[in-house]
Amino acid sequence: MIKKRIAVLAACIVVLATILAGCGNNGSSAGSTKKSSFKAGMVTDTGGVDDKSFNQSSWEGLKKFGKDNGLAVGSGVKYLQSKQPTDYAPNLNQLVQQKYNIIFGIGFLMQSDLQKVAEQHPDAHFGLIDSVAVDKNNKPLKNVASLTFKEQQGSFLVGVVAGMTTKTNKVGFIGGINSELIKKFENGFKAGVKSVNPKAQIFAQYAGDFNAPDKGQSIASTIYGKGADIIYASAGNTGNGVFTEAKTRTRSGKKVWVIGVDKDQYSEGLPENVTLTSMVKRVDQAIYDTTAKAKKGKFPGGQVIEYGLAEKGVGIAPTTKNVKPSVLAQVKKYQDKIIKGDIVVPTTDNEYKTYLSSLAK
Amino acid sequence: MSKLLTSGKYFHILVPLISVVLGLMVGAIIMLAAGYNPILAYQSIVESVFLQPYYTGETIRAMIPLVLAGLSVAFAFRTGLFNIGVEGQLLAGWFVSVATAIFFGHLPKVVLLPLSILAGGIAGGVWGIIPGFLKARFKVHEVISTIMMNYIALYTTNYLIKHYLYTQGERTPNIPDNASLASPMLANLTQGSRLHWGFIVAIIAGLLMWFILWKTTRGYELRAVGFSPGASRYAGINVERNIVLSMAFSGMFAGLAGTMEGLGTYQYMMINASFIGIGFNGIAVALLGLNTVVGVFLSGALFSALQTGGLTMQSDAGVPVDLINIVIALIIFFVGSSYVIKWVLNRLAKRGEKN
Repeated sequence: MIKKRIAVLAACIVVLATILAGCGNNGSSAGSTKKSSFKAGMVTDTGGVDDKSFNQSSWEGLKKFGKDNGLAVGSGVKYLQSKQPTDYAPNLNQLVQQKYNIIFGIGFLMQSDLQKVAEQHPDAHFGLIDSVAVDKNNKPLKNVASLTFKEQQGSFLVGVVAGMTTKTNKVGFIGGINSELIKKFENGFKAGVKSVNPKAQIFAQYAGDFNAPDKGQSIASTIYGKGADIIYASAGNTGNGVFTEAKTRTRSGKKVWVIGVDKDQYSEGLPENVTLTSMVKRVDQAIYDTTAKAKKGKFPGGQVIEYGLAEKGVGIAPTTKNVKPSVLAQVKKYQDKIIKGDIVVPTTDNEYKTYLSSLAK
Repeated sequence: MSKLLTSGKYFHILVPLISVVLGLMVGAIIMLAAGYNPILAYQSIVESVFLQPYYTGETIRAMIPLVLAGLSVAFAFRTGLFNIGVEGQLLAGWFVSVATAIFFGHLPKVVLLPLSILAGGIAGGVWGIIPGFLKARFKVHEVISTIMMNYIALYTTNYLIKHYLYTQGERTPNIPDNASLASPMLANLTQGSRLHWGFIVAIIAGLLMWFILWKTTRGYELRAVGFSPGASRYAGINVERNIVLSMAFSGMFAGLAGTMEGLGTYQYMMINASFIGIGFNGIAVALLGLNTVVGVFLSGALFSALQTGGLTMQSDAGVPVDLINIVIALIIFFVGSSYVIKWVLNRLAKRGEKN
């Protein structure tokens, strides 16, 4: 009696599964066999591929490359998500074993794991975003292209926008993890604000996490509560909590702004329209370029490539609906100055202090 | 058949087994519903874990801290304590072992490695004794205090790393090779996985737990307190002392789990933005393993295989890794609702008799 029932149940499941398995197999095998052999993959950090920020932007770059070159998603271009830090190494290794021609590690959190895997597989080619991969003697690894950005320059420009737009003369900055990288955003932003609005008060705070929207929201609530009307959120997925808070406040009649990061976050601010502008970091462009070079056989291994304003690797978002034309004109002026080298945007706290004293003169 | 099902120890073993099967089956149905191919998904897990040395190595590597965390929960549970603080004890052990390794880096390996492991174990033990003492002396419920201790451990270790052991990349510097459990031999054997000698520590810990609990008088007392504190006290057992002792051992196992991550897997400790989850998974491992040593090893193996294989599943079958967490959650759910499984089994058995 029992056996019969179990057998029937098992049979049903097996039949159902094989039917669907059949469909799946046909689809995927057809997709993977017909295209060229070039394959490009990336491993996300724990933020995941849909963080509406940095990882997502990377994947968009890779996806675009796949589209332009006829590479199918899943076989020609692919991403692997990491649920926890221990997943970085197996995920990178996975792509190596599947003979991916170039493998990107997204984010500086992956640095030590990527270095280890790159040393174990000297023939494989890697790209590391936001950090420089080095060997034990601190020399750049020959099979890794390190792609970094001058985030301070883009942050300076959105700082100019914030400094000129604020009505309360108070602006905020929310960072993900307090680190060398995010300090570049913070100091560039503060320098931009102070350049156009020396009286402005700036509240800066770190959430300690790139993946905690709840923390982002509570910090945003504190900073808006102190009277700031603009917050620059440089915190990955944590920044989405800042949007939530800004929307809630705007709905209850207190207009506040968010400055987005990494990609044009205009649409994240809708329908309440809270995105003033965004500091765009073209990770997608960097990944596209490097993949294209690799495909041509010109993989820039061992190089440290810095994308700044001049290289159009960072900048202010294309959507400028909420920014006044007079402000945009100022942004343009400062942009030219930075590109020419007349302004060197500070990256560390000490450089910022020096910059402030140079403004006072 | 019916007698086999409803009586004896086989019945106890049957519940987790059925839970695993049900968990995998419901997981498969969810995959089907979401448009993925469950057969391909499970196939890729099995193939990678058993046929690709790299993933076999990574599975055993992931198993080491998971088993130790499971032993920790199981040990406390045997004394009737629910140690939710494994996560915090693990972080304490991780930090202290790494710090010891770095500060005494000049010592030879024969001294430094055991010293670092011991330091990690003791740190976890101390972190466990505190809630144990609070429970024994002031009747503070251990679930509350251990959860609090988790947060204290998380933010304290973060603070200490940031201010005393900080290096680029949000972490401590690497530990010296003298304190490392990593082995190039094991790595080569498994095509460069991070498998390390920590599995020996896990086995010793398992044997130690079995020996203490089932082969010593003290262990008998510990288990007696677990069965009935009142009766134990009446029998002249010092319940308070046994509670503290149990939490000390439980914390030590947890501390060792962290030590394995510090000296083995990572070779450093990072600033953790949030809990890493091994401690919480340890609760699941102990639950599925029926709080026995062998059971903890088996369920630890299952969970680490699912997690490691889950990465391949993502890559080969295109199924998101999150689904593995769903499967694990389902298994726990079914173990938790074991009463229902028992009831169904009893019903089926009775019908069998009628027929």
